[in-house]
Amino acid sequence: MSYPTIRIPFGPQHPFHIEPEYFMFEVDGERVVSVTPRIGYVHRGIEKAIEDRTFIQNLYLIERICGICSNAHTTCYTQAIEEILGVEIPPRARFIRTIIAELERIHNHYLWLGLAAHEIGFETLFMYTWRDREIVMDLLEMVSGNRVHYAMNTIGGVRRDITPEIVEKIRKGLDALEERMRYYKKIAMTEPTISKRTAGIGILKPKDAIALCAVGPTLRASGIKRDVRADDPYIAYDEIPFNVITYDGCDVISRLFVRCDEVFESVNIIRYAMDRLPEGKIRIKVPRRVPEGEAVSRVEAPRGELIHYAKTNGTTKPERYKVRSPTLGNIPSLCKMLVGGYIADIPIIIAGIDPCFSCTDRMAFVNVNNNKQWILSGEELRRYAIKWYQKE
Amino acid sequence: MGLLKWGRTKSPWIIHFNTGGCNACDIEVVAALMPRYDIERFGIIIRGSPRHADVLVVTGPVTRQVKDRLVRIYEQVPEPKSVIAVGSCAISGAPFADCYNVYGGIDTVIPVDVYVPGCPPKPEAIINGIVKLIEKLKAG
Repeated sequence: MSYPTIRIPFGPQHPFHIEPEYFMFEVDGERVVSVTPRIGYVHRGIEKAIEDRTFIQNLYLIERICGICSNAHTTCYTQAIEEILGVEIPPRARFIRTIIAELERIHNHYLWLGLAAHEIGFETLFMYTWRDREIVMDLLEMVSGNRVHYAMNTIGGVRRDITPEIVEKIRKGLDALEERMRYYKKIAMTEPTISKRTAGIGILKPKDAIALCAVGPTLRASGIKRDVRADDPYIAYDEIPFNVITYDGCDVISRLFVRCDEVFESVNIIRYAMDRLPEGKIRIKVPRRVPEGEAVSRVEAPRGELIHYAKTNGTTKPERYKVRSPTLGNIPSLCKMLVGGYIADIPIIIAGIDPCFSCTDRMAFVNVNNNKQWILSGEELRRYAIKWYQKE
Repeated sequence: MGLLKWGRTKSPWIIHFNTGGCNACDIEVVAALMPRYDIERFGIIIRGSPRHADVLVVTGPVTRQVKDRLVRIYEQVPEPKSVIAVGSCAISGAPFADCYNVYGGIDTVIPVDVYVPGCPPKPEAIINGIVKLIEKLKAG
C-alpha cells in the first residue's frame, strides 16, 4: 500500500544571510523523500551597492554582509584590493588580523553550539554556551570597540593596535574559554541527550561531500582535510602551526566535535600569535585610486570557504564585486543530508551546516491530495521535533 | 492603572522578525535574552508565533520580498500591539537605504513605537528600548 507524499515548503523567511534559503520538502509519512532548495529570496542588492561606493566606504558595507562572520568578509575584501594594489601589509597587521579572525571563529562556534543545543531541546546547554560566549564578546569589544562589527580591517592593515595589557586580558579570557569548551565537549561525548539526536543523523559521505562541494566544518566532519588556512595560507597562517581538525563520523555530532576542537585550535593559534606579535606599524598608507585589475581572494570563514572576487577599473570604486559565502556552498550537500531523514531531524540537520538559520523560519505544510495547508514556524517545528523524540 | 494595562506592562511577550538585516542585531536580541542580560527576569519572553506576542521587534531594512510578510506578521499580532525597530537598518535602511531591493526603514511599512539606534545596538540598548516602550504603554 502506498501513501501519498506530502510537500512541505520550508522558508523562504531566512532573512539572516546574504543568501536566504527556501526548501520544499516532499515527505512520505515521517521520511523526507526529496528536497528542492530555492535561494535568493531576501536579496538586498549589496553587490550593486558596492559598485556605487568608494573602496573605503565599502569596508563599512561589506562588513554588514553578515553580522557573524563580519571580520572574515572584510579580511577577504581587503586582501583582494591589496592584491590589486600590489601592497604587502605590515607583519604586525597580519598577526592582529589573525587574532581577530580566530576570536571570531571562537565566538561563532560557541554561538553555533548554543543554537544546536536549542534545536535539540537542550536549553541548559544553550544558556550556558551563550553565557560563556559573552567572554569572547567582551574580548572583541575590548580590542575593537564593538561587539559585532569590529571594523578592524582597513585596506593596508588594521585600524587598532593590540597593546600588552590587552594581550594579558585576552590570555585570561582564552583560558576560561578553553576550559569551558573542554567541559562542553565532555558533555557532548557523554550526554545521551545530545548523542541520541545527533549521532548518525544527517549523513554526508566523503565522496558526496567532495562531489557536492561542501565547505568548512561540514566538509571536515566527513573526514576530508581541507581548510583554506592550511591549503592556501593567507594573513599569518603560514607562520603559525595548527592542525586541521577532521572527524569521519559524517553526521551532525561529528560536525559538533569538529567545531569544539576548532575552538581549541583557535585558542592555540591566538596564543602563538600573541607570543610572537611582531613590532612595527599596523597599517600602511595606500592610494585611494586602485589600478585596473582583478583578484580572487579566499578566506576560511567560521562556516567555511568564503570567496570574494573584485574587478577594478582605475577609479575609486570597484567595477564589479562578487561574494560567494560558505552557506551557499553547503546547500547542495545539505539537501543530500536531509533526504532519507525524519521531519523531526530537519532543524538540527539544517543547523548542522551553521547557515545562521535559527529563529523565525516558518513552514507551510501542504497535503497535495486535499490541498490543505497549515503553517509551522521554525519554533513550532522545533517543539514538534522534541515531542516526537520524547514518544520513543 | 487598570488591571488589563497592568498585566500588559508587566510582561510584554515579543516576536522577533528580521526583515533582511545582517544578523548582527538578531544575535544581540538573542544575547539580551541570555544569562548575562536576562530580560526574562522582567517577564519578557521571545515567542515563535506572532499570535502569542504583544511586541513586534523588527531588525533589518525592509526588502522588496519581505514587505508583504512583515505586514502579514504585523497584522497577526493581536491588539494592542507595539513595534520596536532595532538597529540603524530598521530605522532608516542605513547602509542599504539606496539598494535597489530595499524600501528603507520599518516605518515605511508599519507604524513604529520605539526606535533603538546602533549598528548593532548593544543588548543594554535593546533593554533600554523595551523599558522605554513599557513607560510609553504606562503613560498611554
